[in-house]
Amino acid sequence: MSMSPDVQYLLRIGDSCLILAQRMSEWCGHAPILEEDIAMSNLALDLIGQARGVLTRAGELEGAGRDEDQLAFLREERHYFNPVLMELPRGDFAFTQLRNAGVAIWLSLLWQRLAESKDAEVAAIAGKAVKEVAYHRQHACDWVVRLGDGTEESAARVKAALQTLWPYFNELFESDAVDEAASAQGLGPAWSELQADWQTQFSALLHAAHLPQPAASAYRSGGRRGVHSEHMGPLLAQLQYLQRAYPGGVW
Amino acid sequence: MDFNACTRLEAAWEVLRQITDPEIPVITLDELGIVRDLRETAGGLEVVLTPTYSGCPATEAIQDDVRNALAAFGDVEITLQRAPAWTTDWISEEGRRKLKEYGIAPPGAVAEQTIRLVHPKAMAGLACPRCGSESTEKLSAFGSTACKAIYRCLACREPFEYFKPL
Repeated sequence: MSMSPDVQYLLRIGDSCLILAQRMSEWCGHAPILEEDIAMSNLALDLIGQARGVLTRAGELEGAGRDEDQLAFLREERHYFNPVLMELPRGDFAFTQLRNAGVAIWLSLLWQRLAESKDAEVAAIAGKAVKEVAYHRQHACDWVVRLGDGTEESAARVKAALQTLWPYFNELFESDAVDEAASAQGLGPAWSELQADWQTQFSALLHAAHLPQPAASAYRSGGRRGVHSEHMGPLLAQLQYLQRAYPGGVW
Repeated sequence: MDFNACTRLEAAWEVLRQITDPEIPVITLDELGIVRDLRETAGGLEVVLTPTYSGCPATEAIQDDVRNALAAFGDVEITLQRAPAWTTDWISEEGRRKLKEYGIAPPGAVAEQTIRLVHPKAMAGLACPRCGSESTEKLSAFGSTACKAIYRCLACREPFEYFKPL
């Protein structure tokens, strides 16, 4: 499909927030303790709020009259551009917290840079999000340390989560022509520029949690180009159900 | 309602200053620091607000409350101004006093807070809004809303909410 690079760049970010929020919302009513149930619902709400802002801006730049709802609920799978990492099933509690920690560190670095975007609207969204994500990062990192440094069972769970997740983090730092164009325009950074800082912070977290640093791994990129895993379809079926069944339905 | 130009705006401010937050009804929107401006327009009024959290479900309720309260002044247009981003530093002294009285520990200054990657469980110096003891511990990073955390006082044993600095 032909889509201008700035729109696709923003959809990658907005979709990352949206799809992770959908996964987080699945914990509502299922978390191991009430406090965590509430925390994860709150995290999902923040992510949805951030997604709303970015998708709205993407729709404005696209100029085809699509608003946040049409972009969130009425696209086909191939037109979502989040990295595959976000759509992986929520797994167990350790998997959820480790993914959240990796994503929050990444988003924190990304929002910091986007706060200086030449697009004033993107800069405003990022200026707010960067403060919210600091609490997300702290919360997830606390849990990773607690699990890694906890019981044999919790340490085994978070180690297994790290093994599964590790290759998927790579896609957060890819760069392609879309990134290059966004970077050249001053819209936002090429994602590869965030890798060194992410690695430093993530390694510090693994160290604090007594988790071994995994070796570099091979991976296959896809989500950023709209090529998703088998998990994306069922996720979208649930996300889009209401708007597909009752088109144009509003609160 | 019939007002002349000057007192009309003053009267609107008077009404606007009375509107309270839908989730923490003891504090007004003005004390919360989210009212940026009130201007007259050809058909009525324009209210400029800064939203608090990106995902705060109260944002839309607040807009409805403002519209309803000022309906007598004509059309009410609401403009959301995102930059600069809202910060808890904009909560007024009076607002902080009311939060504390309501049982919510008011936020510390944002500049003093360092949000570390891995942080200790207790936050030194957070005083219980009920008994004033600084011997408190965190129970949960998120409370009934994203803007608050839940703490417990180790002196009077009462749980309380803490409005997080943002």
